[in-house]
Amino acid sequence: MDLSLTPAEEAFRLEARRWLEANVPSTPLPSGDDAEGFALHRVWEKKLFDARWAVVSWPEAYGGRGASLVEWLLFEEEYYRAGAPQRIAQNGIFLLAPTLFEFGTQAQRDRILPRMAAALDVWAQGWSEPGAGSDLAGLTSRAVRDDARGGWRLSGQKTWCTRGAHCDWMFGLFRTDPAADRHRGMTYFLVPLRAPGVTVRAVGRLDGDDGFADVFLDDVFVPDDDVLGGVHKGWEVAMATTSSERGLTLRSPGRFLATAARLVDLGKRFGVDERLRDDVVRAHIDAEAYRLYTQQTVTRVMDGGSIGAESSLNKVFWSELDVRMHATALEILGERAELVDDAPAAVDLGAWMKGHQFALAGPIYAGTNEIQKNVIAERVLGLPRR
Amino acid sequence: MRFAFSPDQLAMQTALRALLEKECPAPVVRAAWTSDTGHSPALWRSLTDFGLVGLTADAAHGGVGLDELDLVLLLEECGRAAVPAPVLEATAVAAPLLRDAANDALNARWQPALASGEAVVTVGLAGSDFVVAANVADLVLLERSGELHAVPAGALTRTAQRSVDGSRRLFTVQWEPSAETLVADGEVASRAIAAARDRGALAAAAQLLGLARQMIAMTVGHVTVRKQFGAAIGSFQAVKHHLANALVKVEFARPLVYRAAYSMARGDADRSLHVSMAKAQASDAAEVAARAALQCHGAIGYSYEHDLHLWMKRAWALGAAWGSAAQHRARVGEALFGG
Ligand SMILES: Cc1cc2nc3c(=O)[nH]c(=O)nc-3n(C[C@H](O)[C@H](O)[C@H](O)COP(=O)(O)OP(=O)(O)OC[C@H]3O[C@@H](n4cnc5c(N)ncnc54)[C@H](O)[C@@H]3O)c2cc1C
Repeated sequence: MDLSLTPAEEAFRLEARRWLEANVPSTPLPSGDDAEGFALHRVWEKKLFDARWAVVSWPEAYGGRGASLVEWLLFEEEYYRAGAPQRIAQNGIFLLAPTLFEFGTQAQRDRILPRMAAALDVWAQGWSEPGAGSDLAGLTSRAVRDDARGGWRLSGQKTWCTRGAHCDWMFGLFRTDPAADRHRGMTYFLVPLRAPGVTVRAVGRLDGDDGFADVFLDDVFVPDDDVLGGVHKGWEVAMATTSSERGLTLRSPGRFLATAARLVDLGKRFGVDERLRDDVVRAHIDAEAYRLYTQQTVTRVMDGGSIGAESSLNKVFWSELDVRMHATALEILGERAELVDDAPAAVDLGAWMKGHQFALAGPIYAGTNEIQKNVIAERVLGLPRR
Repeated sequence: MRFAFSPDQLAMQTALRALLEKECPAPVVRAAWTSDTGHSPALWRSLTDFGLVGLTADAAHGGVGLDELDLVLLLEECGRAAVPAPVLEATAVAAPLLRDAANDALNARWQPALASGEAVVTVGLAGSDFVVAANVADLVLLERSGELHAVPAGALTRTAQRSVDGSRRLFTVQWEPSAETLVADGEVASRAIAAARDRGALAAAAQLLGLARQMIAMTVGHVTVRKQFGAAIGSFQAVKHHLANALVKVEFARPLVYRAAYSMARGDADRSLHVSMAKAQASDAAEVAARAALQCHGAIGYSYEHDLHLWMKRAWALGAAWGSAAQHRARVGEALFGG
């Protein structure tokens, strides 16, 4: 065991810190979930890309730095410590990209990744449908073969697509063999959201921002080049990367360490009684636990191991931690907790209430915590399925 | 950065687990509850021969001379098997405390005896009124007014204090400090005692991890076999979620415990803080695991004949010993907020 950083890692951390100190906007950008804020975040993503901070762990050819997982963790810590903007590119760079690296063709990677890194194309994920939430295999959107044009025609409805109303592309699963078992006969498609036949409708989220979208597809043509990982192989392709996403890339410890540090500051600014102080301490310890747990995971991955069902432990832990931290912050704020946005007496522009609302989504998205606990019980502990 | 144990450390853990499966199955734990001393000389001999008892004793004096990081997985195994023996007191705390605080003569006298299993050494530090295993100890290291004393067991007046865990024999002790018993005072004593207290809390945390994981394993075994409504009760979601919640608690306490061991071994400036985080989290995790285990067992887990209570009561005891979760969080709070 060696928890120290090499001089090269220290230097990497310092370089990231310096750049962020000089470049993070001093007044926070408006929410990236609304159209106007999204445009500003796109500019920020481009700035990250130009300085090669957008996708540090990717190969240099695609705009990365070929950084190790340890360096990626350090970058993330610095990023959130600096209070840098939310990553609107997240679903592309953290969720689609690992799938492309594993299952994509060289041509797909070359075509898609550089534009994704530069936020020229921002990606939405299209899994959920009105009839398919936790039970994703119940999805009914379909694709029919179009041999004449060499591709597929997609129809159906995707829902709850994060920032879908502002994105350029969407990745998702569509049924290509309606006769197959429910977990088979699906194909992973890359869909241009500006293509003829696509209608996108913004849907407000809990905080009122247009952060959700319904995506309606009516006979949308998608060429064979935009099939990822083989026809009818969609379920396997989608599942192969979800556990590494849940287990590592989706929510790095930096985010929660930063929240815990801000919570301690908040406690000092506004004062805390013994019980609230204990809650703040718990948050601090939990964030630290999450950081160390991730270091264990990273070590295992660097040794050639994989992240399996135990990624569900991870997802339950960070999502519940995030909710607890924000609930504690709101208690510390007392009656000021309800103030939002431009209310003159709002603390930190109402960031804690905004964060609280987002934190409450954590136990729902990326597979609800109830589903994750089923997975933990069945696949980690080996309890019988029902 | 590498957060993993060495092949040697893992091999020792595997070997100890195998030994304990053989030498310390549940009937041995149960027997310690009703035996006169709570101590099994045969088990102590096995643990000594394995090298566990003398693991931290000074290499210059017949010990193995290893550190907290080498010991932590082995303590976890002791927790997993609910070992009824003062490994925490003798190996995790007393041997390094003697090394840090005592002069050569005293070390030469006691370290080899401790390492060879000839003598049992236990401790009674300020902050706790109780000495574990004082009935079978040959020497007790005791703190009074910032001084560290080494008192032969014969010079103590002991009063037994019955623990909920029948294998933990606790005593309050009366004794007279003297020039002969004095080991160290001043700066040397206070530094050595502070480290000893951290080692005790770390060792308790490591055992709690093992206890908690074993309570979950026992419960998985039970709910897989027990049937109600025509199905294994482990197929019911409420049961699954109890166990999943417990597992999340335990698995997120684990890296804090390992990091604390690393920091202790390295003499990291924040080691005490790291120990407190570990003990707080491990105590809570074991508590949650015990609750889940009992609930998922139903009445059989509530019965004295079933083994679960042996583990559960150890978890209760160690959860409170060497500083409760709340006390350790308070220590973290002082570091974060000041005073
Ligand atoms: C902020 C946010 C962003 C999102 N972004 C996207 C996105 O970009 N793309 C996308 O495709 N989707 C997205 N989603 C949707 C998300 O994936 C779904 O909400 C999630 O899969 C749950 O599905 P559902 O909402 O239909 O709930 P349901 O499946 O209807 O579940 C409702 C409740 O029932 C429980 N439940 C259901 N089945 C079981 C079971 N077997 N055992 C126990 N409990 C059960 C659930 O745990 C939950 O508590 C997002 C959701 C949120 C909140």
